[in-house]
Amino acid sequence: MEGRSWLAGELEARGVSRREFLAFCAATASTLALSRTFVPRIAEAIERGEKPTLVWLEFQDCAGNTESFLRAGRPTVAEIVLDLLSVDYHETLMAAAGHQAEEALARAIRDHQGSYIAVVEGSIPTGADGAYCTIGGRAALDIAREVCGGAAATIAIGTCATFGGLPAAAPNPTGALGVADAVPGLSTLINLSACPANVENLTALVVYHLTFKRWPPLDRYRRPLFAYGVAIHDACERRAHFDAGHYVEAWGDEAHRAGYCLYKMGCKGPVTFQNCPKVRWNEGTNWPIGCGHPCIGCAEPDFWDKMTPFYRHLAGVPGFGLGSDVDRVGALAAAGVGAAFAAHGVVAAAKRWWERKSGGDAA
Amino acid sequence: MTHVVVDPVTRIEGHLRIEAEVDGGAVRDAWSSSTMFRGIEIILKGRDPRDAWAFTQRICGVCTTVHAIASIRAVENAIGAAPPPNARLLRNLVIAAQCVQDHVIHFYHLHALDWVDLVSALGADPAKTGALAQSLSDWPLSSARYFAGVRDRLKGLAASGRLGPFANAYWGHPAYRLPPEANLLAVAHYLEALEWQREFIKMHAVLGGKNPHLQSFLVGGMATPVDPDQQASLNAGTIATLHELVAKARDFVTRVYLPDLLAIAAAYKDWAGYGAGVGNYLAYGEYPDDDGPAPALFLPGGVIRGRDLGRVGPVDPERITEQVKHSWYEYADGDDRGLHPARGETRPRYTGPKPPYERLDVAGKYSWLKSPRYGDEPMEVGPLARMLVAYASGHTRVRALVDGALRQLGVGPEALFSTLGRVAARGIETQLIAEKMGDWLDGLAANMAQRDLRIHDNARWEPQTWPRDCTGAGFHEAPRGALGHWVHIHDGAIANYQCIVPSTWNAGPRDAAGRRGPYEAALVGTPVADPAQPLEILRTVHSFDPCMACGVHVVDPERRELAHVRIA
Repeated sequence: MEGRSWLAGELEARGVSRREFLAFCAATASTLALSRTFVPRIAEAIERGEKPTLVWLEFQDCAGNTESFLRAGRPTVAEIVLDLLSVDYHETLMAAAGHQAEEALARAIRDHQGSYIAVVEGSIPTGADGAYCTIGGRAALDIAREVCGGAAATIAIGTCATFGGLPAAAPNPTGALGVADAVPGLSTLINLSACPANVENLTALVVYHLTFKRWPPLDRYRRPLFAYGVAIHDACERRAHFDAGHYVEAWGDEAHRAGYCLYKMGCKGPVTFQNCPKVRWNEGTNWPIGCGHPCIGCAEPDFWDKMTPFYRHLAGVPGFGLGSDVDRVGALAAAGVGAAFAAHGVVAAAKRWWERKSGGDAA
Repeated sequence: MTHVVVDPVTRIEGHLRIEAEVDGGAVRDAWSSSTMFRGIEIILKGRDPRDAWAFTQRICGVCTTVHAIASIRAVENAIGAAPPPNARLLRNLVIAAQCVQDHVIHFYHLHALDWVDLVSALGADPAKTGALAQSLSDWPLSSARYFAGVRDRLKGLAASGRLGPFANAYWGHPAYRLPPEANLLAVAHYLEALEWQREFIKMHAVLGGKNPHLQSFLVGGMATPVDPDQQASLNAGTIATLHELVAKARDFVTRVYLPDLLAIAAAYKDWAGYGAGVGNYLAYGEYPDDDGPAPALFLPGGVIRGRDLGRVGPVDPERITEQVKHSWYEYADGDDRGLHPARGETRPRYTGPKPPYERLDVAGKYSWLKSPRYGDEPMEVGPLARMLVAYASGHTRVRALVDGALRQLGVGPEALFSTLGRVAARGIETQLIAEKMGDWLDGLAANMAQRDLRIHDNARWEPQTWPRDCTGAGFHEAPRGALGHWVHIHDGAIANYQCIVPSTWNAGPRDAAGRRGPYEAALVGTPVADPAQPLEILRTVHSFDPCMACGVHVVDPERRELAHVRIA
């Protein structure tokens, strides 16, 4: 029971009660869409667990996912849960520098070959023989191949590491790729897209693995379904306004102040799959739509090209049957028949439509 | 002569490499190289200028607000949009929160471990640590029991043999000088600051939906509605929440950050004699107090040359140029002269060694950063530049805070031109801004009480309302210094976009005349006790708070061939 006493000591040192710890586990179960009956199992797994080694690589990144990581916290406890990992390499956080830092990385992947977790932040450039991103004189691609190749699992965090993200936006000046394309054939790759990824989902992913000794079911982009299975539009707190045809027409107008639907201002919630409305951001404080700005679709592939211009509204939300004539929705709602358009199955249709569109654009 | 390479420079944002010649226990020469490039300005060409803030915001996730602010200001300047007073106040609050949070994180999480020996803290006496803490501040977390808990936590980590992010550092280096108790105190506050930053930055979630990468910016205003009578808007409740967050921040800065900073500085006063650098300082100024085209600024802009605090010159953006003599780019008319950003050009041309490599060819091109110059001279930007310009301009509160810190340390103003001066200026600025934030919140509340609920200039939202061809510039004081964006809009789309960023000013390579950039100049003379463990190099470089992803950018998408960079 060495693991238990270690955690007990950590908890005590941090002034965290058993009760708070269980509350964290419950919150995690909730993010994972698991029943509360899993709470004891999660707690037990966390307490018993050996510290897995984690190395965090940064390539063509902005450190936004690192910053997101720093916001982890169900009051004080998430930090401990992340302490359950031995973070042996992370350029932004580590004390060592230069040769000593590279030595730490080499040692971590040698001593824990086949068992460590690699996290990749940022895209990987393939142009100029790798000179668009070097660390310690080595090309990012070279490092990624070695480190991800020896990992038990690789987590690509953020849209750049997942899909190439901003550096890969047209015309992709540096030949930037996400991990899946830069290092094909990795046996276990989990993508946490979004710009940045929400740390709640990283925490939940790690806890899932510690609890069940396997990785969660993934969508076709290798993203955990617990976080990317539902369209923002379907879980949005403003959905009723969409259905009723209550739209913001101008920034700061009465509808905007009243929290009406941002669809006409360009919201990409109908075609974006992420759990923002549920877990929100910064420990549940808020989220972009809650702050009056449309969703920009940051979790989706090629969103910098396919979701822009950000303020032009989607041509029409399929299943809705109204094409681009949103004004008509308002008129119908005013006539008292808006509720008739609250169609089910909108999301499934939207996803099909979006995938068709994505495929078409890629060609 | 020993050739020292520090790559990666860690505890920064982005990818930085330092090469230095060390001889006789000190740096004789140094070269600063940025080793990552994305080409975001190329990507911006042809896009809707109203989207640009989101693209440029992703230049950096640490200073996650700064490029969004500079971008919307540049586009507004071009199209003639006039954000209403509430937008100005919301932006001031967003900017200020970024500055305060960023500076605290820099001090504790990115810089402190250059001065604080974590392993030495294991041997600290918790009772003596408590007494030390109480002698410095009345911050309540100061009991022997509390420090024993922190020490035991560290001991547990050390005993497990898994130091994680603290492994393999320069612990025990002779340049560490603090007693074990001061080290333990600082480590305890490292952990507290980690909690604090997470809590304080909820201010950004309230004002911007999330942090990092807030999402409430708009060309012409802000997307955050204000209405005292609406739950979905900023209202009396949110104002109260924000006041509370600001009060807690002020408390932490006044009672933890500044006392720690002055205590550590007192033990390292000799570092007021190292790291001066180029001695020229540039600040654009920040925090508009009114809504005209040339508003009064809470922090003034200005230029100081040759460490002469007796003269502050005005900033003339026309005098800014960028050079590429030692950067991996080329200019059509040769690399020996600089170009103004509005007329600039950039073609990436990598001429360095093929990776993997051991050494850069520092006689030739050696960085993805360009070399910005003002009136042909290198300039340091950042908190020190801002505080010096404000001090020399007679800013009352800045004078009081700076003089108070100098008095407490028993040094004169010349001590400011140093590695230590940068650290002190950053703390002083944090105090200044934390004190000021409440005023902007009050301003917002007063407008709401008058039912001025405007947040946006709707008259200039649609591209049809813009001139067919227009250019604009947006200036901002980011935590790391003076930031400028330049935009050229044609037929409603971006024709050209350029940024000159604080870390480009500070970390850029030599210019055509062979003059070093600020990092390079500051490193010359920095002592190095052991070239195999160049801790002192980190001290001086970290004192600038490097942000390399910000620094590298590419200008001039007007050259179409840029869009067809050969992909190997």
